[in-house]
Amino acid sequence: MDFTNILAAGVASGTVLLFAAIGEIFAERAGVLNLGVEGMMLFGAVVGFSVGVSTGNPWLGVVMAMLAGGLLSLVHAVMTISLRADQVVSGLALTFLGTGLARVLGEGVSSARDVALIPQLTIPVLSRIPLIGEIFFTEQRALVYVGYLLVPLAWYWIGRTRPGLHLRAVGEYPAAADAQGIGVYRLRYAYVFIGGTLAGLAGATITLAISPGWFGDQTVNGRGWIAIGLVIFAQWSPIRAAFGALLFGAILRFILDVQGVDLILGVQNPFLAGRSTTFFLEMLPYLMVILAVVIGSREAARKRVGAPAALGRPYVRGERGA
Amino acid sequence: MNLSLEPRTDAPRWFATAMTVAAFVFALTLSGLIIALVGGDPIRSYLHIVGAAFGSVGVISDTLVKATPLILTGLACALAFRMRLWNIGAEGQFLLGAWGASAVVLAPILPAGTPAIVVIPVMMLAGAVAGGLWGFIPGILRARLGVSEIIVTLMLNYVALSWVQFWVFGPWSEGGFQQTDAFPREAWLPRLTDFANAVPALGGLTVHLGLIFGIVAAAIMWVAIERTRWGYEIRLIGDSPAAARYAGIDIKRRIVVVFVISGALAGLGGMSEVSGVVHRLQDHISPGYGFTAIIIAYLARFGPLRVVVASILFGALILAGREIQPQGIPAMIQGVILFSLVGADVLIRYRIRFERRLATA
Repeated sequence: MDFTNILAAGVASGTVLLFAAIGEIFAERAGVLNLGVEGMMLFGAVVGFSVGVSTGNPWLGVVMAMLAGGLLSLVHAVMTISLRADQVVSGLALTFLGTGLARVLGEGVSSARDVALIPQLTIPVLSRIPLIGEIFFTEQRALVYVGYLLVPLAWYWIGRTRPGLHLRAVGEYPAAADAQGIGVYRLRYAYVFIGGTLAGLAGATITLAISPGWFGDQTVNGRGWIAIGLVIFAQWSPIRAAFGALLFGAILRFILDVQGVDLILGVQNPFLAGRSTTFFLEMLPYLMVILAVVIGSREAARKRVGAPAALGRPYVRGERGA
Repeated sequence: MNLSLEPRTDAPRWFATAMTVAAFVFALTLSGLIIALVGGDPIRSYLHIVGAAFGSVGVISDTLVKATPLILTGLACALAFRMRLWNIGAEGQFLLGAWGASAVVLAPILPAGTPAIVVIPVMMLAGAVAGGLWGFIPGILRARLGVSEIIVTLMLNYVALSWVQFWVFGPWSEGGFQQTDAFPREAWLPRLTDFANAVPALGGLTVHLGLIFGIVAAAIMWVAIERTRWGYEIRLIGDSPAAARYAGIDIKRRIVVVFVISGALAGLGGMSEVSGVVHRLQDHISPGYGFTAIIIAYLARFGPLRVVVASILFGALILAGREIQPQGIPAMIQGVILFSLVGADVLIRYRIRFERRLATA
């Protein structure tokens, strides 16, 4: 197998995680934990795919998927921001709801149907850089390039702009932000919605670009949860999230590719040793997420950086300690 | 218009119960609307559920069989949630329990021909230990390193699934099929139908001893939570961690212990399912019991005895829901129910006032 091809496929597969993780970073930076990512992705995946199939326009599918994810996230926003419901439970409920809705909508959707996919592009000059060009800039789906742009954009927005400062204030110390005249509720709604649209985008990226088709619940298969784990690993930084997404994209891709080879570096492939040893391969990404979250938590504790201070807590104007 | 929430201080005890029931009814109504929107007939669907789940002694028995794994996984979640520990991993702990119990027969840990009086307790122990170990991992990571138990328990669900598949498709596979050999009779939990020779009326009733495990576990947990010092500490940690710390309670230790017990309960649920119903280990042994358990724990407001009642309701939904089209409806109803319960929680704790905005701050 060709190493650059695998890495290029890993980059593509990481794009899904990247969109979802950056969406969750926005929501969590504003102080709202949204555990509904898996459900929003599944909902976005089925909406994107059906719209793509029925209109023949994959971009319309992507836009509708983003809207779908955003609308679903608003249910969570109302529950947790306005009604002060527990963010963990509401997020879980969102995953149930999104999964159920996606299954209902996906009932008549067949993965066998031909669908126009997001086109592949090769970037003129950049693709000629040795190695890097082949991995990152040759025949990638257009959405992968959107992902490249999103990372610096999110980093700049959160860390270097006035609205980004407001975002961080709302997540770290909402009472102070409120006193400054920043609309805490309004901003939290906005960033939960943005997180929802990015989760919807992640879903559509699966069904319309990276691994096309609708395969029911299996379509997302835990990638929403992996993205939430990545946010902890990334310590709420878009740049680190990009590295994490790249790493886990490569791992997810690797476990697909390695099942097709008998020899690895001249050694018998251990995952093909027994009749069902490939199942150990399938555990790998999930075990790696646990490892990544442990590393992220330890490092955060050591450097005394942590989750946004107000993460998980509703803001109540005039209440002490909010 | 402005919306403001004022804490309720004067809510009578029945208010919480009434709101929970109201939320449940509201969720069914809303789900009915959605069913109608996608072209179904909600009234017929619900009548079908009631008939298919409670219409005769036979189907009531089937409902209780479905409720059994839900009771044990529901108790697992209720115990952890009471302490505000988010064990989302009952599904994985259930699978590990099923695997551990199967290992007793298939590894085999006990030689063939061991009498049931020995096999069954050893399987119960193996299931509880395997589930407990699976709960220990997130517990120790949370207590020692402060790692989010939500992510760890979720990831371990996927790992557990692959682990069971490895054994079912590989070493324990029956002739290459996705299941193991059937267990010998000594490894079956007794069912009512097994006594049909003595009492013919029991013929065909598949309720098994696992239901008693669930009910006994619920009773023990109620006593432990409500009537012991340990239970008081667990409740205190859940309600006010700061107060618990000032009281000198070793919170980290409680986290690990509660996670292990929680995992063991779910593991016992897995044992009861393989030994009482399936009689072998196979892929897809759980249609998501461990996830439904989260909703059950919430519907029961973490009360162990109420978990039993809620499990029977959801047992009915799962049993009858299999035939409802489109297929996603039961999952969606579960989501709507959980949201309604979360909403009801808000109404229980706060009084909502809509007021005109007088001045903007």
